[in-house]
Amino acid sequence: MAFQILLNVFLAFLWMFLQVSFSARTFIIGYLLGLIVMAGMRRFFKSRFYLHRVWAVIYLFLLFLKELIKANIDVLKLVLRPKLNIRPGIFALETELKSDWEVTLLSNLITLTPGTLVVDVSDDNKTLYIHAIDIEDVSEAVDSIKNSFEKAIMEVSRG
Amino acid sequence: MTVISEAVIAVLLLLGAFLTLVAAFGLIRLPDVYTRNHAASKSATLGVMCILLATFVYFFAKDGFFSSRLLLGIAFFFITAPVAGHLISRAAYNSGVKMWDQSVRDDLKNKQAQKKN
Repeated sequence: MAFQILLNVFLAFLWMFLQVSFSARTFIIGYLLGLIVMAGMRRFFKSRFYLHRVWAVIYLFLLFLKELIKANIDVLKLVLRPKLNIRPGIFALETELKSDWEVTLLSNLITLTPGTLVVDVSDDNKTLYIHAIDIEDVSEAVDSIKNSFEKAIMEVSRG
Repeated sequence: MTVISEAVIAVLLLLGAFLTLVAAFGLIRLPDVYTRNHAASKSATLGVMCILLATFVYFFAKDGFFSSRLLLGIAFFFITAPVAGHLISRAAYNSGVKMWDQSVRDDLKNKQAQKKN
């Protein structure tokens, strides 16, 4: 991915030198033209065309924002309800993610998800211990959310 | 300033202040460290982010001043707040702070028991 971006910047500079005009506008035009050329040549790259990954990152960020707002509404309802009926607990969650930054990202996402908070990560990075504020309805909902998060993160890290 | 930007600023400021207030309520009402952490790490995050965003929009609409520091502040808060919440609850668990007596499950206990064997 880094190689593809570097190549794209190089193509943009090539365009600037061909035009003999060194402004930001020419750079952007050259970058877009280079993008089209690279999209045409994408079968020669070993990894995926890098715009896919950029899109996956943007999608992940939007997911992050959506979950943050949902989590806030949940906490709001919980705190302002006159009667406090919560059943907190800690449950374990197996994850398929391998590298450190993926697990970090997943636990950050889970912490900002409605009703869950990561307490501990096991030493082999395979299990997350999550404190849920209301364990009954969360337990299943979390599984689906986790699947969507895990999928989104895998989409980013896929080569 | 236009009416629209004024309305946006007002709504963002009030929302941020309200969310921070809810976080403070949560700190008082909830029973133990872990559940309080839920309120503190979520509501306070979005509350402060809303207030910073309102400040950003205010200076942008009033003076045309694009304050990149406020945007950076929002980004840093977004990244660091969940980590802080995680570390506090982890430190609390490892130093043996008890969960609320009506807590249902505790899978982490098994892990610590396994370690001792």
